[in-house]
Amino acid sequence: MVQAFDRLKESPSQTAGPYVHIGLTPNFAEIAGVYERDLGDVMVNAATKGERISVRMRVIDGLGAPLKDALVEIWQADHAGLYNSLSERRGKADPNFTGWGRKATDMTTGECVFETVKPGRVPFKDGRLMAPHLTVWIVARGINLGLHTRLYFADEAEANAEDPVLARIEHRQRVATLVAAREGDAYVFDIHLQGEHETVFFDI
Amino acid sequence: MSAERTDLRPETGAFFQRDRSWHPPALTPGYKTSVLRSPQKALLSLDNTLSEITGPVFSQELLGPLDDDLIHNFARPGESAIGERIIVYGRVIDERGKGVPGALLEFWQANAGGRYRHKKEGYLAALDPNFGGCGRTITDQDGGYAFRTIKPGPYPWPNGVNDWRPAHIHFSVFGHGFAQRLITQMYFEGDPLIWLCPIVKTIPDRAAIETLIAALDMQATIPMDARAYKFDIVLRGRRSTMFENRLEGN
Repeated sequence: MVQAFDRLKESPSQTAGPYVHIGLTPNFAEIAGVYERDLGDVMVNAATKGERISVRMRVIDGLGAPLKDALVEIWQADHAGLYNSLSERRGKADPNFTGWGRKATDMTTGECVFETVKPGRVPFKDGRLMAPHLTVWIVARGINLGLHTRLYFADEAEANAEDPVLARIEHRQRVATLVAAREGDAYVFDIHLQGEHETVFFDI
Repeated sequence: MSAERTDLRPETGAFFQRDRSWHPPALTPGYKTSVLRSPQKALLSLDNTLSEITGPVFSQELLGPLDDDLIHNFARPGESAIGERIIVYGRVIDERGKGVPGALLEFWQANAGGRYRHKKEGYLAALDPNFGGCGRTITDQDGGYAFRTIKPGPYPWPNGVNDWRPAHIHFSVFGHGFAQRLITQMYFEGDPLIWLCPIVKTIPDRAAIETLIAALDMQATIPMDARAYKFDIVLRGRRSTMFENRLEGN
């Protein structure tokens, strides 16, 4: 007999369901007075460094309809490419930037809007720089395990062209599904859960 | 929220690969909404970069005094929610069996009659004016947590003609890295609805389902007050950092 690893299995995921807002954005769900404000609602303050941006996202189902009950979280580096995390060992991230945001998609339009800063570039495992990106996590009724994707920026074409993660996408026409377009003052990003324009999702 | 906690020794290794045959697959037609909301193309595998290894930090200062008491955090002064008073407690550990300190847990649930406080919800069971249904806490140094609530009731939903959710509490969990992000549901020991539920049955393995069923714990029960259920949550483990590629400029 050899020794056992004694590893446990991860708790299996279950859908967040249609009432995810009660727990994660109770003020949005009109449950007032329990929390002062919804967690992840605000990522920046007056002292946050970097270029302010708005990101408008929708999550679209297999028939082209936007989800009106999805919850989206983003995680990103600060303007200098540092994460506000315990596992960040390269330096100290901007203390006026959380790096993490959470929004429910609007119950009428299906859109959610993040007010944040453009992230700096972060090194890949081998030291090459990745292009500026947001890590995006989506849960909703009908989604059994949260979906991970990335948002890249259309006006970072040069960086995107050398991004080691985007480079791994075999079918090159799918790269565009991860690139948010600039529209006026905002970046817009539609996440397609399935079908012709299906967004690339990651097993991270 | 701040990354300045010094009581946690940060780990920086990549997370173990997720076993996607243990989790529910995306497409589970018995749960009808999954049909149009499941990706059809293969996921792109990505061994963790810094973007997945890192994750937000939540400090105890975030918490209000009643955040872990759903019996009282929405109740009028001097009143409390109606239903079976329970304590739910356990540990957040990772696949290596290590406690996960500083993990933010958020939970939400229906009231004793199975009614959610949500404007999109139309079930005819009454709202409880003293019950909101949300709570949160942060694990201690050993990964331990506890909260007080009332036991939620089963709940009918428009999937099959006569589908009822078992009594359940939704859990959202943050570990130390964004790749550990997890939402799941806790069920109660002995509930016969568990084995009929299309959402439970999205999980292919019975042994996996059993890890979501909290056990009645009479030893942790507070006499003449509240019964206790124990629910441990396992997050992804991570590799040792010492052999990870050295990052340039580090």
